[in-house]
Amino acid sequence: MPKIGVFVCHCGSNIAGTVDVEKVAAAARTIPGVVVACDYRYMCSEAGQETITKAIREYGLDGVVVCSCSPRMHEATFRRAAEREGLNPYMVEIANIREQCSWIHKNREEATEKAIVLMRAAVAKVKRDTPLTAGRSGVTRRALVIGGGIAGLSTALDVANAGYEVDIVEKEPTIGGKMAQLDKTFPTLDCSACILTPKMVEAAQNENINLYTYSEVEKVSGYVGNFTVTIRKKARFVREDRCTGCGACMEKCPSRKAKNEFNCGLNTRSAIYIPFAQAIPNVAVIDAQHCLKLQTGKCGVCEKVCAAGAIDYTQQDELIQREYGAIVAATGFQPIRPYQFGEYGYGRYPDVITSLELERLMNAAGPTDGELRCPSDGRKPKNIVFIQCVGSRGQTCRDKSYCSKICCMYTAKHAMLIRDHWPDMDVHVFYIDVRTPGKNFDEFYRRAAEEYQVDYRKGQVGKIYEEDGHLMVQGSDLLEDRQVLMPADLVVLAVAVEPSPDARKLATMLTASMDNNDFFTEAHPKLRPVESPTAGIFLSGMCQGPKDIPETVSQAGAAAAKVIGLLSKKELTANPCTAHPEEVRCNGCGECEKVCPYGAISYEEKELRVMGRREKRRVAVVNTALCQGCGACTVACPSGVMDLQGFSNRQILAEVDAICR
Amino acid sequence: MKQYSYFPGCTLKEKARELDLYARQCAEKLGFSLQELPQWQCCGAVYPMASDEIAPKLSAVRALEKARQQGQDLITVCAACHHVIKRVNDDMKQGGDIADRANRYLGFDTPYEGQTKVVHYLEVLRDEIGFDAIRARVEKPLTGEKIGAYYGCMLLRPSGVMQFDDPESPSVLENLLAALGADPVEFPMRNECCGGYRVVDDAQAAGHTARRVIENALKNGVEELVTACPLCRYNLKKVAGGQIRVSYFTEVLARALGLLKEGGINA
Repeated sequence: MPKIGVFVCHCGSNIAGTVDVEKVAAAARTIPGVVVACDYRYMCSEAGQETITKAIREYGLDGVVVCSCSPRMHEATFRRAAEREGLNPYMVEIANIREQCSWIHKNREEATEKAIVLMRAAVAKVKRDTPLTAGRSGVTRRALVIGGGIAGLSTALDVANAGYEVDIVEKEPTIGGKMAQLDKTFPTLDCSACILTPKMVEAAQNENINLYTYSEVEKVSGYVGNFTVTIRKKARFVREDRCTGCGACMEKCPSRKAKNEFNCGLNTRSAIYIPFAQAIPNVAVIDAQHCLKLQTGKCGVCEKVCAAGAIDYTQQDELIQREYGAIVAATGFQPIRPYQFGEYGYGRYPDVITSLELERLMNAAGPTDGELRCPSDGRKPKNIVFIQCVGSRGQTCRDKSYCSKICCMYTAKHAMLIRDHWPDMDVHVFYIDVRTPGKNFDEFYRRAAEEYQVDYRKGQVGKIYEEDGHLMVQGSDLLEDRQVLMPADLVVLAVAVEPSPDARKLATMLTASMDNNDFFTEAHPKLRPVESPTAGIFLSGMCQGPKDIPETVSQAGAAAAKVIGLLSKKELTANPCTAHPEEVRCNGCGECEKVCPYGAISYEEKELRVMGRREKRRVAVVNTALCQGCGACTVACPSGVMDLQGFSNRQILAEVDAICR
Repeated sequence: MKQYSYFPGCTLKEKARELDLYARQCAEKLGFSLQELPQWQCCGAVYPMASDEIAPKLSAVRALEKARQQGQDLITVCAACHHVIKRVNDDMKQGGDIADRANRYLGFDTPYEGQTKVVHYLEVLRDEIGFDAIRARVEKPLTGEKIGAYYGCMLLRPSGVMQFDDPESPSVLENLLAALGADPVEFPMRNECCGGYRVVDDAQAAGHTARRVIENALKNGVEELVTACPLCRYNLKKVAGGQIRVSYFTEVLARALGLLKEGGINA
């Protein structure tokens, strides 16, 4: 019979206040196999650990049960203590008599009785514990960052500056993301491009960073430390190594009807184009759909004017395969297109625009050279109405349920800038609540309302319609308790943000989980906010949830720190508590693969010896590097052959028996 | 010829007789028939706001159950009746406390659980007959007539339950008018409230709301307004004076199909 020691912790009065710890220790002594049982004030203290190691030494213990707090708190502490004394760390079990007992009960007798039951279950389990050894695997010292906006760039720069190689994959022809489209940033009102473009240049010049623009991730395989990724480099029809970014092709291109994405479609661009002046790489790209040469075979003007000979109409997509140790999702967001809100008439009235469109209308490099003009007829607006929470915080299927977080601040910014540049314009803001937590944020909003006399009205807008050549905004003012009807030349909708539409596809490739809104889920909302539950996948920026630029950069840095921590390891120790099928009894049905959230299970044809005969069978195989030990497969397996090491079916049933006895 | 169980409603027997009459005549011409439910009772006129009271909903449940027995869809023409019956049907479908209590009280052989499909006359025209088929039957096209479709609230909202049309930019009436050869005018206030029952307790407030609709219609060049709701027609007509004609959609339908005799109701 294995020799077991039981150690009961008082945790000051946390446990001992409700549980009679001496009685628990005494009860342990009556269990066959328990050769020593004692209680101590703080088992996690040096002296407490010493009690355990001394007992292992003196009694030659085969297993240890510590009755204390949640295993999330000190399981590692006690395992290390046991390991120091030469006992396999997986021969230590924790009975949680604090969170699951003393803290939630008031009656001392009942709590003590329950603590004894929990202890008994742990003893039953430890008797069936087997020594486990963690596997090891190498680490490819290179990170992949998916998305080249401010989140991806920040993470990539931090990782690169720590001395590791980083590849950035960006689906657009240039890095920079949404921040490049913004005019000014709150609450400091500094120019967005002025603070972003140095970062872009730094990324391009950093020798540890490799940019794949106009590229997308096609396939991901492998596991933490050892990912293999296929990247599709889309055909630009322009040779990056030759193009000098002179822009001659853009000037001469006869096809000029494509909507300019960078200006939110407010103006047009040529079929061959560089998205904006500070684009990186500063290399043209041909939009095949609008290119006359590629569509009809007739034209070829850009090829003729290109002095560098960079145009190549025959270019094909290229597939590149690379190895990575860590992957960072930084796929960002997009503002919704609010067509489903018929009451606002977006799409019907050209002077109803979104906030991002306003950014372009106010930007010196925008379609109006920074002069605020109505898109319908180019007149200078007199009355401007902002509507907040368009598509956010709603309860219908049209809306996002969440708060998009950035809109209150950027609307205050827009309102303030308009009043500052054009004091003759009147600005009204309809809001549900003004939410401005953040350093210097509320002061910023108050400045807009008080100093710049922006007319804030608590209430929502129910209808926008055209009358006598201008828009009429019909809404409610809840503070004055009345309906309001005001004319407007320009209506700006602060629309909800949503994750990039490509994020879902990527999450599937990465086996990273997502919430109902398609935001990536973090491993723990408080304690592991930049890691995905899938090992080796990290999260940076808006892809995890709405956040502003300062918050995005902080999170990007945190993700970088996690990546650096991973890449700095010589080898990785895997959790040995992984699933293992008993091959001989496995019938290869496929149920376990279906439930595995980590893509750790596959099937192989194996030659097995069954009842003295050799036969070929399809059986489940667990990739222990991917397996996180969740146990879903052990429950799904209809033949009960999938077992979790350290939590085997046998052990769990023994615990149940011990509890029910 | 598809047959529908028809719930006309009280107003259609009195003040809004043309709504009822032309609906029947046009149906015959377009190839479906309205079979009036035997012994129907008032729908209640307003969907009751009290969420714990079954009494005002019972007559609607009875009508729905009768239609189920006939194995027919239940058709309505009056917007208010449609609103009440469709929403009560949804309550029964949801199967909550109200449904349970209504069924216990009424004691049908098998409980009524929202099996009947409730359709508005306009939905039948759009989804069953089709506007192309209607266009083909037009005898006196309303060429050049600037008609504004007035929807009001009852048919459209709450949109999740009514499932009638896009509540913010509806199109069924305009499409019908276009099929009849008219020149439909989309005016912004076509889905705003007419004042509704406020006319009973605060005629001034109701008048104010209705006037906004009329003024907006006039501004957009509307010469005639059509509606499916007797109350909307009453409120709008009151403030319209002689400036604008307010009719039921069935009237203009009958006119275009060549069913209307000179001088009003051809009873």
